[in-house]
Amino acid sequence: MNSKVKKRLYFFLVSIITILVIGKFIFDSLKINSVYFFSPTDLKNTTEIPNGVIRIGGMVKNKSLKKVGNQYSFIVTDFKNEILVNYNGIKPNLFEEGQGAVVEGKLNTRTNLVATKILAKHDENYMPKEVADALKKTKNWKKNYGK
Amino acid sequence: MLHFLSSKNFKDFHDDYLYWIKIFFLTLVIFGLIISLFVSPADYLQGDTVRIMYVHVPSSWLALQIFAVMGICGFITLVFKTRVFTLIAKSIAPIGFTFSLISLFTGSIWGQPTWGTFWTWDARLTSMLVLVIFYIIYISSWKIISKFNLAEKLTSIVSLIGLANLPIIKFSVEWWNTLHQPATIKFTESSTIHPTMLTPLLIMFIAFLSFSIIIFLIRFKLESLNLKINSKR
Repeated sequence: MNSKVKKRLYFFLVSIITILVIGKFIFDSLKINSVYFFSPTDLKNTTEIPNGVIRIGGMVKNKSLKKVGNQYSFIVTDFKNEILVNYNGIKPNLFEEGQGAVVEGKLNTRTNLVATKILAKHDENYMPKEVADALKKTKNWKKNYGK
Repeated sequence: MLHFLSSKNFKDFHDDYLYWIKIFFLTLVIFGLIISLFVSPADYLQGDTVRIMYVHVPSSWLALQIFAVMGICGFITLVFKTRVFTLIAKSIAPIGFTFSLISLFTGSIWGQPTWGTFWTWDARLTSMLVLVIFYIIYISSWKIISKFNLAEKLTSIVSLIGLANLPIIKFSVEWWNTLHQPATIKFTESSTIHPTMLTPLLIMFIAFLSFSIIIFLIRFKLESLNLKINSKR
């Protein structure tokens, strides 16, 4: 390695480290502000009720989904806190009880949200229907799979 | 390797093996498509929508990996001033760009039935869009800047800056709450995908990879001839 190459190499290593440090700061500040959705617990811990449109994410609680015409009401839970959601519209195919979901809308009270949009959240598990049925039968559902 | 890439050997290699790589690609992509579209089972939740994944995931992987290669080439170009790596990066950029577009497009047609929306500004989707923009900036700087030496430097810097975006895309699903699901195929733990679905996915990945190699070989030859012609002028 001649000295010119060495000089450039040092220059780049130093600049890359600087960029990484700056990036770290930007990243840290982004981490606070760029939340796609809150969990019900996050919401409970806030001091004042956010009054704009917010997103809440969690599981749709089992046996909580009620449907009258196009009116849905269900409970979104993160297994610690719960939020009752009212929604009027069409639900996505994957939106079911026991599945993850993100709802967008305005808070009525601290534990009641009127949703304008429902998004079903898909998890990272992919398997054929037969396997899923077999797992459910043997009660190994979402416990042993993938471990 | 330098010797191999810059010499006549490369062109001989090119003419001898390109034909076989093409045949390899064609068999693999036909085989892979049959398996992924007809043989592999439907998902327990998504049904047949899961088949989009066999195109979406390999293209996303390649879009990221190709940009990583471009970034490394950019670094080598700037530090060691070896032109071969500039040419490598220049030749693979359109391939990665195409794959990133395919990834976004298939992702949104998967998202509509599954999530209920074509597009949402979550961290994964946004950072992937940023990658597409980086590809556009990279490719258009080659088009706009006519001086080769200047374009070489600027595009290398662009690819280096874009490199910082790659870990953000990769880990966005872990660092933030995103609508996009976390990675299914992991290196450290076992994957959460059934083997009957993993096989077509890997076949499609190898098929797409060999496609990238074909396009790379053609474009690399073209770019090196181009450079030779222009430098003689």
